[in-house]
Amino acid sequence: MANQPKIDIRTSPYIRKAPTVAEIMRNVVYALLPLAAYAIYQFGISALALMIVTVLSCISTEHLFCKLSDKKTTIGDASAIITGLLLAMTLPPGFPLWMGAVAGFVAIAMGKTLFGGLGFNVFNPALVGRAFIQAAFPVSITTWTPALATDRFIEFIPSTLALPFMKPVATAEWTAQVSIDGFSGATPLALMKFQGIMSDSMDLFLGLTAGSTGETSSLLILICGAYLVYKNMLDWRIPAAVIFGTALSAECLYLLDPTKYPTAGFMVFSGGLMFAAVFMASDMVASPVTPKGIFVFGLLVGFLTVIIRLFGGLTEAVMYAILFGNAATPLIESYTQPRIYGGK
Amino acid sequence: MNLFSLFGKKTFPKGIHPEGFKEETHDHQARRLPFPTQVILPLSQNIGKPAASIVHVGQQVQRGELIAKADGFMSVPLHSSVTGTVKKIDLVPNARGGKEQAIFIDTALSSTQSLLAHTPVDFEKMSRKEIIQAVQNTGMVGLGGASFPTHVKMNIPDDCNIHTILINGCECEPFLTTDHRIMLEQVEYLIRGIRIAMKSVDAPKAIIGVEDNKINVLEAIKKHLPDDGSISIEAVVTKYPQGAEKMLVYSLLGEEIPSGKLPSSIGVAIFNVATLAAIGELLPLKQALIERIVTITGDDLNKPGNYLVPLGTPLSHILEHAEFTGNEAELILGGPMMGMPAGFLNTPVKKGTGAVLVLDKRATKRDDILPCIKCSQCLQACPINLNPSELGMLAAKRQYDVMEEKYHLNDCFDCGCCSYVCPSNIPLVQYFRIAKTLNRERHMMESH
Ligand code: SF4
Ligand code: SF4
Repeated sequence: MANQPKIDIRTSPYIRKAPTVAEIMRNVVYALLPLAAYAIYQFGISALALMIVTVLSCISTEHLFCKLSDKKTTIGDASAIITGLLLAMTLPPGFPLWMGAVAGFVAIAMGKTLFGGLGFNVFNPALVGRAFIQAAFPVSITTWTPALATDRFIEFIPSTLALPFMKPVATAEWTAQVSIDGFSGATPLALMKFQGIMSDSMDLFLGLTAGSTGETSSLLILICGAYLVYKNMLDWRIPAAVIFGTALSAECLYLLDPTKYPTAGFMVFSGGLMFAAVFMASDMVASPVTPKGIFVFGLLVGFLTVIIRLFGGLTEAVMYAILFGNAATPLIESYTQPRIYGGK
Repeated sequence: MNLFSLFGKKTFPKGIHPEGFKEETHDHQARRLPFPTQVILPLSQNIGKPAASIVHVGQQVQRGELIAKADGFMSVPLHSSVTGTVKKIDLVPNARGGKEQAIFIDTALSSTQSLLAHTPVDFEKMSRKEIIQAVQNTGMVGLGGASFPTHVKMNIPDDCNIHTILINGCECEPFLTTDHRIMLEQVEYLIRGIRIAMKSVDAPKAIIGVEDNKINVLEAIKKHLPDDGSISIEAVVTKYPQGAEKMLVYSLLGEEIPSGKLPSSIGVAIFNVATLAAIGELLPLKQALIERIVTITGDDLNKPGNYLVPLGTPLSHILEHAEFTGNEAELILGGPMMGMPAGFLNTPVKKGTGAVLVLDKRATKRDDILPCIKCSQCLQACPINLNPSELGMLAAKRQYDVMEEKYHLNDCFDCGCCSYVCPSNIPLVQYFRIAKTLNRERHMMESH
């Protein structure tokens, strides 16, 4: 006998071809980086500082909880970085850093670890963090500052460096100083809702309006999303269904009363809808896996977004719509199991 | 109507595209492997009942001689693959981790190894029943790996009318090229085998399905097809598991086999090319199945290729002749997607062994199993349209009954596409096999 091999045993299949979880997560981070860069370009060092703080907060929280429960640390899978980035992108650019740190902690602690870690979280962790601070710090989270302020690369937005538990710094005065054309501190959605002013869809598409750190340029968001779809790491059906659901609901209302309700285009390109659809609703773990379920989930999120925006008190409605969709996911799945080959 | 066929490409939805690695052996004409000094012939070479030994220790047997007879209809006889002496009847380890009875025959080294001769027969003059009996006498089982007794498959219930037989020449498993070689080298046997099979089930029509990575096969076979148009050949898309019965029926006929039913319920019978080529060769001569073409391939082999291997040849003999140079490997009987692991070097080649695959560097590394991230890749790969993600989570919770009752566990046919694509390294199909086995055992307990 030429060579007696040492035999190794397991059952089939013996070959596999799949990206690892860490590879998928890393690619999502890559896809978020251009958005982060654009946000920094728009909002300056305040946005950068906010992202660094939330990401660090998420990573250290995850590490801490792994240590506490005597598990191997899971920060290597990069999913905490995603949560941190997503979180920063949904906050106003001038959001106080210490609050950002709290948000990161809550996102990981309550949104992820509490459920048992990656794969077991029912909700998108970043949205859990955001929902928490929306309740805790309602003022700061709705204080918007204008994009492209002149000194944004050398000077922090005053609220950024607010001290913990102090009265939030008023930004109105600063805003008035830096803005060129009478910035009102209102996002396009707020303008629409409370003042009946419609922003130009093209401006929205290119991201030249106020808003959360990362929600602004629909075009860039779509490009980054396309990269992930190309890598087969993002299920395009989810954002497509969310956008479709939003457009459909908005269009129905618009047709009912064009003077009162905005157009579908406005709804789709404003208020972080695009960002949420591409990067937050598509959080694999918290969305359905069944083909019909994905569609139902998207429609539901889109519909709820429009309803909450128009009839509820919260302008960043899509975040809540997604949380609601996450909660409904097990139910949606149980009613949308695929028809099997040869089945009825 | 099959939607995919509208665009001229015959295929089925979902599945995967693993790398083929077939070029390593597909040009290797089948060569005869030298006889081993001893063959080990397990009595159980088929699904159903094992054969019953009729030899005793010390008995001289000739190559091709009956050594164990069929034990009822769900069984096939077994013949000696060498001329030699029965050494012992003893247990050998089998692929399922248990042990089984086998006849050990020492090869007579001085013998010419000539075949036991019989008077030829004309199958055209035989009745359906006679053909089925003659097929059983050859000891034939599905050579594609299923090892289901072929004559049982041909014994279609009276209330079923077979309108078409499908001949599976897809060979969708990576690495394997046995069927490819058979379709090139044994076209006449194959066509004769198809006609025998058509007669056995009284079918007017036969379609050979071949994956479109084997264009030379299409050309070779087309020249030999009968003029009456009763036998045709179709290219299907190269995709795994194109060769699974359910997939092939869909690709070629645009129909589904209802869940839990046999292909005969929609008027179809399916045979593998290797099986029919062997029948075409052996049945008219009243010979029996004692050797088969085996693809020997994988990592660290100096002489991979296709070999005509006597049944019962131990793997050690095969590795020696294919010149294995590594020092650690996984030995697999069959392809990398559905093959069985062999744990011992004296594991013999059986009737269902179409390939011996030696995997080392090209095998998946063992990695930590992570929680399901619900990426839905497995749902997009499962050709049966199951929900492997959900099934996997239920398996982890040991809810085997729910898997069966609510999530169609029994429709899973172990193709392994789900495990292949899972980024979390979840051994999905491996879980499902365990779940099915445990469910079967539970049902057996309950019915007793
Ligand atoms: S492929 Fe794996 S991780 Fe993805 S949904 Fe299926 S079981 Fe879960
Ligand atoms: S092994 Fe079963 S569940 Fe997995 S893909 Fe194949 S049929 Fe579907």
